Amino acid sequence: MNEVTGNEIIHQYLRHNKKFPHVLCAGCGHGIVLGSLIRSVHSLDIPKDDVVIVAGIGCSGRLAVYVDFNTIHTTHGRALTFATGIKMSNPKLKVICIMGDGDALSIGGNHLIHAARRNIGVTALILNNNIYGMTGGQSSPATPSGSTSMTAPFGQLEESFDTVSLGQGAGANYVARGTVFHVQKLERLMCEAITKPGFNMLEVLTPCHTQYGRKNKFKGPVDMYKWLKKTAVPVERYQEMKEEQRGDRIPIGVFTDKGNPGLEERYFGLKKELLAKQQAAEGK
Amino acid sequence: MARRKKKQEIFALGNEAVVEGALIAGCTFYGGYPITPSSEIMEIMASRLPAHEDGVFVQMEDEIASMGAVIGASLAGRKAMTATSGPGFSLMQEHLGYACMAEAPCVLVNVMRGGPSTGLPTSPAQGDVLQARWGTHGDHPIIVLSAADVQECLEMTIKAFNMAEKYRTPVILLIDEITAHTREKIELPNPGDYEIHSRVVPSMPPEWYKPYEETVRGVPPMPPIGSGYRFHVTGLTHDRNGYPTSRPDEVDELMQRMHRKIDQFFYDIQLTEETTCDDADVVVVAYGSVARSAEFAVQQARESGVKAGLLKLQTLFPYPRRAMEKLLAHARTLVVPEMNMGQISREVKRVNMGRASVRTINRVDGQIITPSEILKVIMQG
Amino acid sequence: MKQPMELQRFEIRFSGLGGQGIITLGKVMGAGLALGHGYNVTQTQSYGPEARGGSSRCDLVVSSGRISFPKAESLDLLVALSQEACNAYYPYLKPGGVLVIESDIVKQPPTNHYLGLPFTQLAKDKVGIVQAMNTVVLGALTHLLPFTVQRVMRKSMEETLPAKIRAVNVKAFNLGHREAKKHFGESPEVWGVAPEE
Ligand SMILES: Cc1ncc(C[n+]2csc(CCOP(=O)(O)OP(=O)(O)O)c2C)c(N)n1
Ligand code: SF4
Repeated sequence: MNEVTGNEIIHQYLRHNKKFPHVLCAGCGHGIVLGSLIRSVHSLDIPKDDVVIVAGIGCSGRLAVYVDFNTIHTTHGRALTFATGIKMSNPKLKVICIMGDGDALSIGGNHLIHAARRNIGVTALILNNNIYGMTGGQSSPATPSGSTSMTAPFGQLEESFDTVSLGQGAGANYVARGTVFHVQKLERLMCEAITKPGFNMLEVLTPCHTQYGRKNKFKGPVDMYKWLKKTAVPVERYQEMKEEQRGDRIPIGVFTDKGNPGLEERYFGLKKELLAKQQAAEGK
Repeated sequence: MARRKKKQEIFALGNEAVVEGALIAGCTFYGGYPITPSSEIMEIMASRLPAHEDGVFVQMEDEIASMGAVIGASLAGRKAMTATSGPGFSLMQEHLGYACMAEAPCVLVNVMRGGPSTGLPTSPAQGDVLQARWGTHGDHPIIVLSAADVQECLEMTIKAFNMAEKYRTPVILLIDEITAHTREKIELPNPGDYEIHSRVVPSMPPEWYKPYEETVRGVPPMPPIGSGYRFHVTGLTHDRNGYPTSRPDEVDELMQRMHRKIDQFFYDIQLTEETTCDDADVVVVAYGSVARSAEFAVQQARESGVKAGLLKLQTLFPYPRRAMEKLLAHARTLVVPEMNMGQISREVKRVNMGRASVRTINRVDGQIITPSEILKVIMQG
Repeated sequence: MKQPMELQRFEIRFSGLGGQGIITLGKVMGAGLALGHGYNVTQTQSYGPEARGGSSRCDLVVSSGRISFPKAESLDLLVALSQEACNAYYPYLKPGGVLVIESDIVKQPPTNHYLGLPFTQLAKDKVGIVQAMNTVVLGALTHLLPFTVQRVMRKSMEETLPAKIRAVNVKAFNLGHREAKKHFGESPEVWGVAPEE
């Protein structure tokens, strides 16, 4: 393992020929996720050439362009489909998807549940800011009921998805949730999500003050981080809490960890068997 | 003289011939979703690829995902394909555009059935011709091929892969239900009968590599991801490095190059076959299974003394303008039979510019156009 | 091999119920004519709604020259193994075309000019398995059609079948051929009209 030596390592991983400054707003949580990702890859000592970032469309999707890995900025909601093709083509690669909540849960919902069911060996990072950031603050499937958005000016009537139970229900191999406030924990979760076999899903709560906070009584970005600090509780503690204590607290940590082999591993195992059988038949 | 090795003959469906062609061309990835009348392609791939040295097969959750997986595999260095039919073809349009923009070589076979919507799942049509050309949004170049019989399914699939790889572009192969579901005797080529092309990979060191650089051919070299050339791929309009840009000069350069790389190789891409065209007064312009009926009609017309010819289009887009131009020197009438309301006939009329009289035969009842229907129009002159 | 005789265009339709092995029958005969006898052959079959609901259809067009139009339109030979199929496709039989029926199943033939054998019963009694019925038909047709050679067709059938079921099918094939010879007469006589366009 590499010793993580602070922020300067990030510069080894940024693309300096890219036209900075980046597109993110001040206070946006997405940048913290990217920082964690870089530190995780660094601490795991994975060569840059082996990392493939496959991003969807949205502010979250823009993260791919800044880092010096193999990066693919795909279409809205469909990062996992590209990732499936890549992983099946070359299982040696570490394929990491970065998706927004609208990206992964709305337009990409079908791809998400099937990637989970299929157990393709891909890491899915779902950056949940409860809103469509890039298009200007419309409701997403993760917008909490009762909050306001550009498309729910009188309050959101629909219920939101619980990403974790969705992933569990679809059969994901590893399901976890972290926040950009609890960075050390986030990095631990991310390292696990990158190294474990099969389909690993990590939801990251990341504030968007520009499009969500302002419309929902958060004074500034800092306010939103404070809210994260207050609301998130480790899942172990959450489970011991009584119903009335839980209120709107959000559990974070690891929810599922099955450790099953990924689809690609099973596929190439099958191929080996078939080829051996063929050879035996030809030898006869 | 050395005796040529006798070719192996098989009795196969058009859909099976597509698979044979793909495997000969070096296809090692299939991602798809079942739909009549293309499903046999997927089913045969499912049994062939896992037992193939390096083949990968995945059944995806829908056609959007199929095309996504195919592009992913292509970026990872594989020759990849999918096959579908009308409704699935509509869903694939989104990623077809992505493949154009990212310049990811791949082959998409669309077995045309009656539409619109779910339409006639088991009847032939040629209604997706213009969709193949213009279905995905934005100005984009595309290569659309067609096949008229089972042997041609094999040949055109090989050519589709070759063109995809040579020009870094998605190639669409349009066949119709009749060709897909007809069994015929075909010859399997011997190794070496066909030239097989693969994409050019970069030979410069990674730090010099620019993934979307201007080159003589207009086709930048393409390394598989994970081979040490780390670069960015995006569906956004991008500069030579692959990074998003909206600078007019950079945008224009990309768009011009993308079109030029297809347009300037017309002699390699625009394929046609002529039958008794040299002195023809009446030329039938046809493609797909209709070209078979047309061939028979032309033969019969010749027997009764009418100078008729057939221009069979193997490439539909870019439209083989030059091949038609040549015939317009003597042809007085062009007959365009299609199993649609008139799609290629628009191209014919555009190139014709009023020179010959253009007669269309259109059939949209899920039935093939018969030789006698075509003959009748030929005989009218 | 060299084609046994020059054929312009000869159209055959096999029809009956799902489970009778109609498609296999067509495929095996098609492959035999194309690969064994050297003809050009196109084979098409019923798909979709038509193929459900129990009915099954498989067509062959056989010709010495190129086949421009791959579908069967006006039949030289109709093989009907169910009453419904016989009713549905008899109108497509061209004048002088031959109707072959399963005489136990097609109780009401639409014409008096037909050739019939109890194929199913034959398969059950003399081969021991009903499923070999289609091969009995194949054997009978090989006798009937003037352009098929028994030895070549049988070899071609053996090549397409898995080893396990080869022996029974050869038995069924020979049975069909024998029975047809006994009951249908020599082939050229049967074909009142020489096969041509
Ligand atoms: C097919 C399609 N529909 C709509 C859009 C427009 N669009 C771009 S980003 C986006 C929402 C992004 O929201 P989210 O996924 O939550 O990511 P965030 O920007 O919040 O990080 C939408 C709807 C698109 N690019 N493609
Ligand atoms: S709009 Fe929201 S998600 Fe997008 S960059 Fe700004 S803060 Fe981040």
